[in-house]
Amino acid sequence: MTAADLARDLEGSGPPAPPPTRRRRQWGWLLVIPGLLYLVVFFLLPTIQLLGTSLYDPNGSFEYGYDMTWHVQNYWTAISDNIHLFLRSFGYAAIVTLVCLILAYPLAYAIVFKSGRWKNFMLVLVIAPFFTSFLLRTLSWQAILSDRGWVVDLLKTIGILGPNGRLLATPVAVIAGLIYNFLPFMTLPIYASLDRLDPRLIEASSDLYANPVTTLRKVTFPLSLPGVVSGTLLTFIPACGDYVNAEFLGTPKQYMIGNRIQQAYLVEKDYPLAASLSIILMVIVLIMVLFYIRRAGTEELV
Amino acid sequence: MAVGTASRTASSTSQQPPTGRQTTLGRIWRWVCDHIILFAGILVLAYTFVPIAYIIALSFNQPSGRSASAQWNEFTTNNWTTICEPEGMCSSLKLSFEVSLTATVLATALGTLLAFGLARHYWRGRGATNILIFLPMATPEVVMGSSLLALFIAGGLSGILGFTTIVIAHVLFCLSFVVVTVKARLTGMDGRLEQAAMDLYANEWQTFSRITLPLVLPGIVAAALLAFSLSFDDFIVTNFTSGNSVTFPLFIYGAKQRGFPAQVFVIGTLMFLIAFVFVFGAELWRRRSALLGRRS
Repeated sequence: MTAADLARDLEGSGPPAPPPTRRRRQWGWLLVIPGLLYLVVFFLLPTIQLLGTSLYDPNGSFEYGYDMTWHVQNYWTAISDNIHLFLRSFGYAAIVTLVCLILAYPLAYAIVFKSGRWKNFMLVLVIAPFFTSFLLRTLSWQAILSDRGWVVDLLKTIGILGPNGRLLATPVAVIAGLIYNFLPFMTLPIYASLDRLDPRLIEASSDLYANPVTTLRKVTFPLSLPGVVSGTLLTFIPACGDYVNAEFLGTPKQYMIGNRIQQAYLVEKDYPLAASLSIILMVIVLIMVLFYIRRAGTEELV
Repeated sequence: MAVGTASRTASSTSQQPPTGRQTTLGRIWRWVCDHIILFAGILVLAYTFVPIAYIIALSFNQPSGRSASAQWNEFTTNNWTTICEPEGMCSSLKLSFEVSLTATVLATALGTLLAFGLARHYWRGRGATNILIFLPMATPEVVMGSSLLALFIAGGLSGILGFTTIVIAHVLFCLSFVVVTVKARLTGMDGRLEQAAMDLYANEWQTFSRITLPLVLPGIVAAALLAFSLSFDDFIVTNFTSGNSVTFPLFIYGAKQRGFPAQVFVIGTLMFLIAFVFVFGAELWRRRSALLGRRS
């Protein structure tokens, strides 16, 4: 197994499958029974259960139990009280996805086309920082962006930041943390797409008098689109629901919807509210993903 | 121009100066384009290593108070000699390893079977299954964690939240990634190799064990490694399903509230080093065997 294999497989698409043979048709479904059962019991069932919880009467409590009253009102309360958190989460996630794309594309491009014999070495370097714990990385960003850290000093010297300016506890810090943590999820799929690209197509484009910018715009980028699509999904989805970065690098003023769900579930134990928030988040993300996949024209994702 | 580029081989990285009719300005533009991307790539790489440098440096820091802070104080190797001193840290690491190993084995087994069933067989409900496998990946972790917790509570399992429930949750979010990884490998495989084996009078089992399995194995190994790293590093889902058990990410999170010991940075450094040596070693070994293969 090499890093390149992993990257290619993460991107999720490959050359077309050989047609399954008729002979195997009878017993093929036996293979999927255990996995399918697992998904039904531990994914489908909990989701239905969550849907049920979201409709409980909010006047119940954890100790005395809840009454099922089809309390659709929960959703209205959940949305109207937390609309700013939803908007902030999706806003942050959108910025994060965009910046990740801007950072990851040149990196993946450089690895595939410009690194020569250092290609695999560079790919290892892309993944290497992400072997340490996610929380430790975020903690060390806390140190880097701290008020007395060199980044803040530098920005103050250049004049970007005022004398009392700070990075920690601002949206900038939260977004920067998210960008850092989800960068490899963008880089690897794009790498895989570019790596599969036939270099002769790029040569053909320059033979036909396209300048490098036109080649990138009309040939390279469109051909790497499957990787860009998987990358944006693998970045956007977890970024929407993340609450660790907002908690470590921000203040309650930067909290995202994940923080609210976590608090409602584990601190306030207000299960109907937490469940309706979860369902709303899940539905919005799903709608966005489906719309995006349709627009991007990727027919099979898994 | 056309003659110049045609002579280039497909694998060249186009770093040699372009030949043919081209103005000096064009050549400079070309050079800038060629190298600016490499430079940008290296810059992005350097950026990803900044926190790692911090973690390594802080593992040698003598904290000024009882808890480690971000402030550099004094060089010491104390943290490295007293790794397991902080209460509960090493037991949390042990639990993390147990959870990840169990979850990896289960998810890889279930996921590989699913991948085979999906890539190689036609049956009713294939499309629905594909969607069911994609859904967990499109579910934010908070939602997955909270819905599992709701299920465990409703199922009367709230008393036994711990190892079992963490493993159940980890298998769930690893499963889809395993299926995607193994399936990509399976569909990328040349099906004619199996047909050839069958033509040469291998029975189904021989074909599977001598042809199919060796070819798919790298994909399964990749999937297992991915599952392990996802599981080992998971915080959000674990936080919901762990009850009173503490995995390593949960330990860091809990320690953050009351001040964390400097030894967590030692563990962070070690994790980075072990993984780095492992992956880098695999890469060197691959290069060496490729070289030997070419020679023979």
